[in-house]
Amino acid sequence: MGKIWILVGERLALGLVTLIVVSALIFVGVELLPGDLAQQILGQSATPETVAAFRRELGLDQPAVYRYLHWLAGVAHGEFGNSLANGRPISDLLAVRLKNTLFLASFAAAISVPTALFLGVMAALYRNSIFDRLCNVVALTWVSLPEFFVAYVLVLFLAVRVALFPAISSIDAEMSLAEMLYRSFLPALTLMLVVIAHMMRMTRAAIINVLASPYVEMARLKGLSRLRVVLFHALPNALAPIINVVALNLAYLVVGVVVVEVVFVYPGLGQLLVDAVTNRDVMVVQSVGLVFAAAYILLNLLADILSIVTNPRLMNQR
Amino acid sequence: MRDFLQTLKSAPPTAWFGMAVIATMALVAVFAPLIAPYGETQIVGAQYEPWSEAFLLGTDNLGRDMFSRLVFGTRNTVGLALLATAIAFGIGSVLGIVAAVLGGLVDRILSRIIDIIMAIPSLILALMLLTIVGASIASMIFVIALIYVAPVFRLARASAQSVVVMDYIEAARLRGEGLGWLVVKEVLPNIASTLVAEFGLRFCFVFLFIAALSFLGLGIQPPTADWGSMLKENATLISFGDITPLLPAAAIALLTVSVNFVVDWMLHRSSGLKD
Repeated sequence: MGKIWILVGERLALGLVTLIVVSALIFVGVELLPGDLAQQILGQSATPETVAAFRRELGLDQPAVYRYLHWLAGVAHGEFGNSLANGRPISDLLAVRLKNTLFLASFAAAISVPTALFLGVMAALYRNSIFDRLCNVVALTWVSLPEFFVAYVLVLFLAVRVALFPAISSIDAEMSLAEMLYRSFLPALTLMLVVIAHMMRMTRAAIINVLASPYVEMARLKGLSRLRVVLFHALPNALAPIINVVALNLAYLVVGVVVVEVVFVYPGLGQLLVDAVTNRDVMVVQSVGLVFAAAYILLNLLADILSIVTNPRLMNQR
Repeated sequence: MRDFLQTLKSAPPTAWFGMAVIATMALVAVFAPLIAPYGETQIVGAQYEPWSEAFLLGTDNLGRDMFSRLVFGTRNTVGLALLATAIAFGIGSVLGIVAAVLGGLVDRILSRIIDIIMAIPSLILALMLLTIVGASIASMIFVIALIYVAPVFRLARASAQSVVVMDYIEAARLRGEGLGWLVVKEVLPNIASTLVAEFGLRFCFVFLFIAALSFLGLGIQPPTADWGSMLKENATLISFGDITPLLPAAAIALLTVSVNFVVDWMLHRSSGLKD
């Protein structure tokens, strides 16, 4: 039992190291920005004195390593510095936007994960039937559709032709939960459609893989029903890859929202990031990038750990 | 030749569909100036004119012919995606094989760098890099190539590792062949088939990625015709129930689906999977 915790601890340490390296990378990237940050913000007409004063204010006259550590310490305390575009503290912006993005992602996940698992199990159960083939072709097609295409098709049919849902999902903290769910339905549906196909295919593949093993044949020969064999004999052993792909898709949900948020003008992190990139507001880009990277690394870490915990063979590796 | 035709005959309808679409798009891309009735950036009418004899699919937000832009967009979008994928493959596979052949410190350093690139979600990494280098076609290709070197490197390294332990590699080493010879003449031909299948898949990702970036206004810049930005520019029309702006997005979807169908079939054949 102790071995598994060592493995998990190793993964956690590795995740932390990755996060620190990524933060350094993000910081260095901004350092490489052509031209001087202060000069760029103030414009070409600024006098050398103003630029120098502004540099001092931003702390740009300090050595890079010192500034990096300072920034990292700030981030650890939830202080991300101020936006270059409007001077507001970034942490305030982040708090609201992150909550909205997490709301959208969890809304999509709460519906798509059970649906995908159900469809995957059904496809494996009725393998090579019309239902399975249909699922396969539809899934393969869905996987290749760009998110913005799905999003706009939904807008066209569910918001414009038939005015069921709003095409623009403006959300604020004062709204009731039902109102928020209603307003964010279309972006959530887009995300669901995008991730369900992938999860379903992987679930099906994982179960079919296990169905080929001798102990499943044994169970079949004992005269158990197909449903029982799939649910109680095959599924537990297929759990590790399934959990893995679910976690990866959750990571995708948090990160893949960027395009969907832009389509629906949803006030989330992705929209913030795209706006900041367009304005070249490097401070905001740096912070949002770090938050996204952290979420992505954490969910990947979770996938790793869960697949160790659920798979006895991985526990006794080496 | 007969074998080739035989193979084609055995292809499932989905693969046939995919190949037909890819061939059509290739023809459209090559003969774009002959097919398009108007120029790529030529303003020929009023804003948002409806479909008519003169303007097959109407005009866009600046009064340019939608159909002509769609045709030129094939060339720009697909061409750039091919270029970016090719660069990523060139660099990624050479680095991957070099890492596998040399092993040791070089392998470890390269692998760690790639691990870190893969640890950051690609769209976020691209957005951050584009902030630094600024949005232009050259910088977009650079950024995409950099990001997609990572998965290609991993695949090339993994497949090359099973080749470098072979006796003939040992023989070539004893013969005193240099690194370049080992990489290009000994290892590459043996892993080429794996890389080719991967190329199709990666092309889809790169293509969707470019479309997404252009859609966000950070990829191919106006006035160049491009499917992603065409959707963005004309999105207003959708709120009037018009499907025209969706056509470029549908074209993107069609091409990706087709490539996926063909790759799926090829993988199926090469792996001999019967499931």
